[in-house]
Amino acid sequence: MNLHEYQGKEILASFGVRVQRGIVAHNAKEAVDAAKQLTQETGTSWHVIKAQIHAGGRGKGGGVKLAKNLQEVESIAGSIIGMNLITPQTSATGKKVHQVLVAEDVYYPGDSEPNEFYMSVLLNRSTGRNMIMYSTEGGMDIEQVAEETPHLIFTEEIDPSTGLLPFQARKVAFNLGLSGAAFKEMTRFVSALYKAYVESDANLFEINPVLKTSDDKVMAVDAKVSIDDNALFRRKQYAEMRDLREESPIEVEARAVGLNYVDLDGNVGCMVNGAGLAMATMDLIKMAGGEPANFLDVGGTADAKRVEEAFRIILKDPAVKAILINIFGGIVRCDRVAQGVVDAYKNMGDAIKVPIIVRLQGTNAELAKEIIDNSGLAVHSAVQFQEAADKVKEVLA
Amino acid sequence: MSVLVNKNSKIIVQGFTGSEGTFHAEQMIEYGTNIVGGVTPGKGGQEHLGKPVFNTVEEAVQEVGADTTIIFVPPAFAADAIMEAASAGIKVIITITEGIPVADMVKAYNYIQNKDCRLVGPNCPGVITPDEAKVGIMPGFVFKKGNVGVVSKSGTLTYEAADQVVRQGLGITTAIGIGGDPIIGTTTKEAVELLINDPETSCVVMIGEIGGQLEADAAKWYKESGSKKPIVGFIAGETAPAGRTMGHAGAIVGGSDDTAQAKKRIMRECGIHVVDSPAEIGKKVKEVVG
Repeated sequence: MNLHEYQGKEILASFGVRVQRGIVAHNAKEAVDAAKQLTQETGTSWHVIKAQIHAGGRGKGGGVKLAKNLQEVESIAGSIIGMNLITPQTSATGKKVHQVLVAEDVYYPGDSEPNEFYMSVLLNRSTGRNMIMYSTEGGMDIEQVAEETPHLIFTEEIDPSTGLLPFQARKVAFNLGLSGAAFKEMTRFVSALYKAYVESDANLFEINPVLKTSDDKVMAVDAKVSIDDNALFRRKQYAEMRDLREESPIEVEARAVGLNYVDLDGNVGCMVNGAGLAMATMDLIKMAGGEPANFLDVGGTADAKRVEEAFRIILKDPAVKAILINIFGGIVRCDRVAQGVVDAYKNMGDAIKVPIIVRLQGTNAELAKEIIDNSGLAVHSAVQFQEAADKVKEVLA
Repeated sequence: MSVLVNKNSKIIVQGFTGSEGTFHAEQMIEYGTNIVGGVTPGKGGQEHLGKPVFNTVEEAVQEVGADTTIIFVPPAFAADAIMEAASAGIKVIITITEGIPVADMVKAYNYIQNKDCRLVGPNCPGVITPDEAKVGIMPGFVFKKGNVGVVSKSGTLTYEAADQVVRQGLGITTAIGIGGDPIIGTTTKEAVELLINDPETSCVVMIGEIGGQLEADAAKWYKESGSKKPIVGFIAGETAPAGRTMGHAGAIVGGSDDTAQAKKRIMRECGIHVVDSPAEIGKKVKEVVG
C-alpha cells in the first residue's frame, strides 16, 4: 500500500527520523495558515509547496514550487490544488491534486554547503534480507545513476537476527563522505530509518533526497513509503492512511468484494482463477490480436455470486468489447462454475452486451461445456486453451 | 525415482483441524498420501480424520517419525509454524499459506538457513509425485505418472501445463509449485536442479512469471551444468504493466531485467525451449522429447 509523502514523513518522524517539517493544506487559505504556523515553529521565511499524489517526478510536472512570501504561498497552493498533475510516472491525463504539503525551506545558507544524498530500504529478494541502498548522488533519478555511475551506489545488507549494527551505520556515513557533526547525524538517521522500516512493516522506503543542511543536520526531504499489504492486519493505524482517491475506482470496488483486479488499457476483459493463469490468459489475449482490459483473479470459489460480481466489475470498463472466462477447475468443479456463469448471465439480464467466451478445463469440463452450450445464451464455450484464443480472435474480427 | 515427496514420506499437516487443513488433508488421504498425523496446538491427544493430533511438531516427529510437513496455518502464524517444523527436524516443509507478512518470512528464511531442511513455498500449491504422494492442494487426477518434471510459481498454471503434457500422451515425475511470494524457500534453480538430477525425469517444464531473478538464475545454472535434458519454459505476464503487483505478491516488474521479455531472452540464450503462448507448453514438450 503506497502512502503520500506527508504520511510517510509522519511515520518516519514517529520513529525519531528527522524530516523536513510541513503541514498539509486542502485549499489556498489553509496553505497560508500552514505557512504562518511553520514560520512560527521553525523560523523559515520561505516555503515549499508540494503536490501530494501517489507518483514520483512531481517537480518535473510543476507540482513542487518555492514560495518566497505569503502571497506566493496562496497563489501557488491555489494553482496546484485541483490541477491534473502530469509526471513521468502518471498516465497521460495525470492525477488530480487534492492536497499540498506546505513545507519549511531547508536549503538555507550557512557554514557549509547543503548536500543531497539518496537512500532507500528494501528487500533483497535473492538473499531474503533487507538492505539499505544509498548514493552520494541525491535528488536525481536513481535508475539513471545506476546506469551511468553504478560505482556511486552502495548497499548494506542487514542480518535479521542482529538488526542494523552500529558499524554498518558508520560505514554508510563514511561512504557518503561525511565527518564531524554531520557524520554523527547520519549514523543516527540511518539507524532510526531502519528501525522505522522494520517496525512499520514497510516494503519500501525511498528517501530522495536525504539532505545534509548547511548547519550539519541530516533529514528526509522527501519520503516514498509503501507498507506490506499482508501486514496491514497488525498495522491498523497505517491501514487507515489508505487514500482511495489515488486508486482506480473499479479496483477499489473489486477489493471491497474480495476480487483481485488490476485495471488495464485493453479491450478484452478476463476472469480467471489463479494469478499465474490470469497473466497467461492476458498474454494469450494479446497473441489472439486483442489487448487485455484487466487482470482479474476470482480465486478458489467461482460460484454464481462471485462470477456475477466479477462480471459487474469487468463491465464497468466501457472499453471492454469481449470477455474471456478461463477457469481451470481443480477442487472447484467446472460444472458448478458453468452453472454460476449461466445464473449470473440470467440475473444480469440485458447488462451484458458483449460476446462472452467461456473456457472451462479440469474437473467435469465436458459436463460444463454441455451446460454452457445448452443454456441458450450467447456464450461461446471452449475446453482447450488454444480454442479459447481462437474464439477471441473470432469475436474481435 | 522422484524428488521431495514419495510413497515413503511420513507427512504431517500443520493447521490440521482448521477448515483448510481438514479439507485438503481429506483430499490427500483419499489420493493415497501417507499422512501420519497433524499438529494443532491445544488439541494434542485427539484424533482427526482417523489420524493422531499433536500439540507440537516435535511430538509428531518423536511419536510417528514425521519427516515432511504441509502447512495450512493462517498468515499471521505461518512463519512461526515453519520455524517450529525446521527446529523439530522436519526435512521437507511445504507451505501453502498465502499472505504471510514479508518481515515474518525474512525472519523464517534466515532461521532455517542453518537447519537441515528444505522449505517449499509459501503461497504455493504444493508438490505432487503422481501415484505416490500429493502434498498440496492440486487436483490429483490431472497429474498422470510419467517422465516430465514441472517447476512453477503458479497453481492453476501448473495444472494447465500438466494437463497439456498429459494430453500429449506423456506424464509427470514430480510437479513442484515453488510459490509466488517475494521470499520463497526453494528457488526455481533449486527445483530445476533437483529434477535435472533425477534419473527418471527426462524433460523439465519451467513456468515463471514477471518479477525477481529466479528464472534467469535457473537458466544460467542450466547452461553451466551442460545438461542435455531439455527444458521447456514459459513466462507469464508479458502484458502486465510495470510497477503493479499482479495477484502474487512477488509478481511485479521492478526494472528492465525482470520483465517477461527479458527473462525469456535470457532463457533462450541459455538453451531453454521458450514458448510465447501458454497454450503451446504441452506441444513443445512433445516436440523436444520426440
